[in-house]
Amino acid sequence: MVFFVGYGNKTLVGWFTLVCMPEESLPSESFEQLAMPHFERLYNFACWLTQDRQEAEDLVQETYAKALKGFSSFQPGTNFRAWIYKILRNAFLTSRTGLKATATVPLDLEGEEEALPVVKETPESILLQRSDGQIVQQALEQLPIAYREILLLCEVEEMSYQEISATLAIPMGTVMSRLSRARKALRGGLQQQFAKRMN
Amino acid sequence: MVCESWKAKLDNCLDGELPEEEMRGFDAHVRNCPSCSADALARVQMKRAIQVAGKRYAPSAEFRKRMQQKIAAKPQRSFGLGWTLAAAAAVILVVGTLTSAYLGTRSGRDQVFSEIADLHVATLASSSPVDVISTDRHTVKPWFQGKIPFAFNLPELQNTEFSLLGARMTYLDQTPGAHLIYDMRKHHISVFVFQERSLPAGLDDNSLSPKQLPFNLETWSQGGLRYFVIGDASAADIDSLAKLFKAAS
Repeated sequence: MVFFVGYGNKTLVGWFTLVCMPEESLPSESFEQLAMPHFERLYNFACWLTQDRQEAEDLVQETYAKALKGFSSFQPGTNFRAWIYKILRNAFLTSRTGLKATATVPLDLEGEEEALPVVKETPESILLQRSDGQIVQQALEQLPIAYREILLLCEVEEMSYQEISATLAIPMGTVMSRLSRARKALRGGLQQQFAKRMN
Repeated sequence: MVCESWKAKLDNCLDGELPEEEMRGFDAHVRNCPSCSADALARVQMKRAIQVAGKRYAPSAEFRKRMQQKIAAKPQRSFGLGWTLAAAAAVILVVGTLTSAYLGTRSGRDQVFSEIADLHVATLASSSPVDVISTDRHTVKPWFQGKIPFAFNLPELQNTEFSLLGARMTYLDQTPGAHLIYDMRKHHISVFVFQERSLPAGLDDNSLSPKQLPFNLETWSQGGLRYFVIGDASAADIDSLAKLFKAAS
């Protein structure tokens, strides 16, 4: 009688673990427990990347399918959030929309950093206090994808620079300079939005 | 001067990315500096505005339910039955362990080869198989700058039967890599380049294509990079292109 058919050492041990482990620590449950708390935020991030709800659903489905398939390669104790966001981002980059978006991004995003202007009480900061968020959403939408994603990871997902570095596969120094440029670009976008509203 | 120093670190401070001691110094400075205080306030307002605006999209309940069903946990097993099976498994494990190192390596290798074949076929079936269309290696190589975390050399093809059609970015096991497409007497040959460290071990140098693959494939490691050459051309032609890459690297 064949109980089990498998080749890999890891697979055999995995099966042994599977039958010995209590129900609450079954690998499939572990994946669900780890992955589902990120579902809403992953969907939100996917919508911001794709700018299309149907595409975002497809992207999230693809992400979960790939993550489940590759879950055995995930190292327990390491950062699951960075791992699954990286999968989603890679899936996006290879999608038609992702290739199109990245193809239009200037290549010199990581040039020398310029000094940021002092930001005090400016028209856009006043507008920020009074606006309903729509103006910021429009400014975010118009940012290049590299700026939009890093701002969302930092401000919305509240990831540390280290997590962002792992998710985007870029060095910490690049995280800081890209964030700085993204913020500057957003301020520029807000100024334009403000000017439009004034006209 | 002190203000300039803090202003340069302002975003890092507000992101909570400075060491505790520096954070305390920043806090003390801001309390006594109206300019930095106003600057910090404006940036905090911006952060909050992005936070609010960024949480814009929510999935439908139907989509959430669908996803939950897809990754739902397996049915509960009997714990007693589990131990019975485990005892039987222990015997199998002893035997299995002896052979699994070899078979596991082969399985991992075959999976990578299978994915490489899938990438090759899927790309050729695509209506836009390449993202950069060029026969010039000096156009294709710079195109990868900023897209993949490594650099590699493309061979000179003068006086050979091969011609470069173009290239695209690709992913294997969530790792970015380069995919180059060559033409040789109407055969399309793919060359994939990935970082060696990101791939499973056991991809033996100069491995010949596994029998189950309908293509000829050659792979080798050189300079920390793993190369795969795959196509329906003859094994000798695949080897010729592989040699050109080896000589160029």
